[in-house]
Amino acid sequence: MSVAPVILEEPAGLLRFNTCGSVDDGKSTLIGRMLYEAKALFDDQLAALAVDSKRVGTRPGQLDYALLLDGLSAEREQGITIDVAYRYFSSTRRHFIVADTPGHEQYTRNMVTGASTADLSIILIDARKGVLTQTRRHSFIVSLLGIRHVVLAVNKMDLVGYSREVFSRIENEYRQLAVDLKLPAVTCIPVSAVEGDNIVEKSVAMGWYRGPTLMGLLDSVEVDESRAREQPLRMPVQWVNRPDQSFRGYAGTIVAGGVRTGDAVRVQPSGRVSHVSRIVTADGDLAQAAVGQSITLTLEDEIDISRGDLIVQADQPAEVANQFEATVVWMHEAPLLPGRTYFLKIGTRTATATVTSLKYKVNISNLEHIAGATLDINEIGVCNLELDRPIAFDPYDVNRDTGGFILIDRISNDTVGAGMLRFALRRAKNVQWQALDVDKPARSAMKRQRACVLWYTGLSGAGKSTIANLVDKKLHSTDRHTYLLDGDNVRHGLNKDLGFADADRVENVRRIAEVAKLMVDAGLIVGTAFISPFRAEREMARALLAEGEFIEIFIDTPLDVAEGRDPKGLYKKARRGDLKNFTGIDSPYEPPENPDLRIDTTTTTAEEAAEAIVAYLNRRGVVD
Amino acid sequence: MSLSHLQRLEAETIQILREVVAEAEKPVMMYSIGKDSAVMLHVARKAFFPAGLPFPLLHVDTTWKFREMYTLRDKVAAMPGTELIVYINPDAVARGINPFTHGSAVHTDIWKTQGLKQALDKYGFDAALGGARRDEEKSRAKERVFSFRTVQHRWDPKNQRPELWRLYNARKHKGESIRVFPLSNWTELDVWRYIELEGIPIVPLYLSRERPVVERDGVLVMVDDERMPLFPNEKPKLRKVRFRTLGCYPLTGAVESTASTIPEIIAEMARARTSERQGRLIDQDAPGSMEIKKQEGYF
Repeated sequence: MSVAPVILEEPAGLLRFNTCGSVDDGKSTLIGRMLYEAKALFDDQLAALAVDSKRVGTRPGQLDYALLLDGLSAEREQGITIDVAYRYFSSTRRHFIVADTPGHEQYTRNMVTGASTADLSIILIDARKGVLTQTRRHSFIVSLLGIRHVVLAVNKMDLVGYSREVFSRIENEYRQLAVDLKLPAVTCIPVSAVEGDNIVEKSVAMGWYRGPTLMGLLDSVEVDESRAREQPLRMPVQWVNRPDQSFRGYAGTIVAGGVRTGDAVRVQPSGRVSHVSRIVTADGDLAQAAVGQSITLTLEDEIDISRGDLIVQADQPAEVANQFEATVVWMHEAPLLPGRTYFLKIGTRTATATVTSLKYKVNISNLEHIAGATLDINEIGVCNLELDRPIAFDPYDVNRDTGGFILIDRISNDTVGAGMLRFALRRAKNVQWQALDVDKPARSAMKRQRACVLWYTGLSGAGKSTIANLVDKKLHSTDRHTYLLDGDNVRHGLNKDLGFADADRVENVRRIAEVAKLMVDAGLIVGTAFISPFRAEREMARALLAEGEFIEIFIDTPLDVAEGRDPKGLYKKARRGDLKNFTGIDSPYEPPENPDLRIDTTTTTAEEAAEAIVAYLNRRGVVD
Repeated sequence: MSLSHLQRLEAETIQILREVVAEAEKPVMMYSIGKDSAVMLHVARKAFFPAGLPFPLLHVDTTWKFREMYTLRDKVAAMPGTELIVYINPDAVARGINPFTHGSAVHTDIWKTQGLKQALDKYGFDAALGGARRDEEKSRAKERVFSFRTVQHRWDPKNQRPELWRLYNARKHKGESIRVFPLSNWTELDVWRYIELEGIPIVPLYLSRERPVVERDGVLVMVDDERMPLFPNEKPKLRKVRFRTLGCYPLTGAVESTASTIPEIIAEMARARTSERQGRLIDQDAPGSMEIKKQEGYF
């Protein structure tokens, strides 16, 4: 047994890479081989692997390296990689972090995750099969995530007689694909992971190959950090450090460029300028700091800075905008719905964001653009994005940290998507809100009422329209100024272009909420009687209005009761399958969790309900 | 000016720690007295300098740790600006749970897993920082840096939030919590190099010395106090041993070693042919046992 060299001097560099391919391509064998050669596998791990390979391995009589990487029970039982695994090893020159990700299409989101932090990607193909659809898919994701170095490892060369022709054919085909995808640097290496050819040692059987071995390349390839170092300063403010009155520091990690004491810096999005007075660390103040360092800055002037702001080089600021074109990768079972609001986290800033339009989806296997209303899990689309406030950003191609974002569902808090900002849309700067002199309080006061929205929600046939209509009549009879937006009526005009798919329902509610908001601004008491099945859109409507202006009234009727009434015969149609996406039947209804008012129509008549609502409005001071 | 590997790891850990403090309402740092805890605590003091630690430390005590561990714990707790909460599961005390009569699985579940859940619930912590590293164990290699837990403290490995770039999603509902692992990308060797570089105090058990041990099922167990029952023909022998990982003394195996300084440990590691958790008896209870324990709420 050879003895590993004793490395007391630690190697300085770090290379993060990911591996794309499936078990069939020999991916796990390749990683297992690299770990083995780097002496990163221990005897007890190898012993455990031998036992495991016998028990659940897929190759009789051989070590099944996949079992080394597939750490979750479900993965071992099913013999597939599901989640990203991170492995660590070193050479004498560098430390390596490998993100091992599954190759199948249903795990695209996991591959995107693994690729998001990689400096280099190894795309593995089987020499017998050549460039496949999955190779295109993997390469597209690599280009999307902006990985600059790609290694095409043509594996199983031993099974094609180490043929130079086979390799050249694959290389030529791949180089064309690389041009199409604008991949900047591609190295093609013929290898055999099983036999160890061109992994660490040059292959004797492939004397015709003159390029580097796989480990040789990983050891020497230039890392992106040098590029980020030459860019202007970017530091998202992560935390304001205020131990006492005498110290106010802005803690963050530098994601581009560097900073020296005395440098002029700008705080975005506000745009205020100051100078750096100290660069504070626990190991003493620094004269300068560079990309990758986590530091605390103090500034000469007292300006208002908080978490989420971006500190930049004063004369080379980032762009500021609230509307963007972005590429989005969807990662959740529930599809992306244009019009719905999500939390968007970029750097240290969290804002709310809406996809205003999905321009197209990308077929990731052949790169064709497809029209689509929603984005399903593992789909990638290009869309317009609108934020509730302007943020400072750089295009993702310039900087991952100031251009990459995640989308978070506002109700489940799941991370549902990830995206890359491409550029700002100019519209944001050109359309401004016109301030009007006669305002909402003035208009409301003239009508002796407080403008608000009575948002009725409930199943079809629950009694929303009937009750809303009675309330409207009662208010009108006491000289109140009201308007009732009814579901069917709005769909005859304003929303006649919308159907009943989830994405259309979201847009339907969004428009109604916007119209209701204008009417509240006009001083009216607005009733809206729509099923409005999704909690997220009702919350969006609530957020559009001022505190206390949104009154959610849940017309609570159990499905069997509503279906028994069936005033329009719609449930029957839906049960027959003649009506698709019908709420309660094949489309969900999410009941309000804390409605302002709940009307149980199994114990209350419509007249009693209307009286209860008017009494409530009296108590709330909407009408006196 | 390029950062060294350790500087880079430290900077990443600082970023994670600050993110937790910025986003969580009531964070806590798990303090297990081991080398990883020591490193995590050391980096935390740097992350918030010149402010003090913005969270307390929590030690979920089993009463079965090595005596030298308690000595270091009390020293660390006495440092200025440090608040240490020691939690001992009263149920385990009442039932006299110990590794000898109840076995390692029950012992670990009741003292550590249940004790931890009780402590988190009692104090209402919504983010718990732990020193686990991804290179330790296979199911850890698949865990997120910000790892979500249900109200019941359960981990669902098949339903983890995607984690991209250095963007961490710390959002949760009331009662739910996150476990955060700021040392995810450190290896055992990195930890030792950092301890050496920064001069961080550690439990002396990591360094080789003559200690009384008995050999059971091929594992060297140190006789740390009189609570350890010996078999009739069993006699503790003095052997030069050290520990690569520290837990409850009856459940932690020693390794024979002459490495009595940290540089010697580093040199020994470079030659090592066995992994660090080999001495951990609890990992070997059943296949996939760490994953199961983690799902139930173990750190």
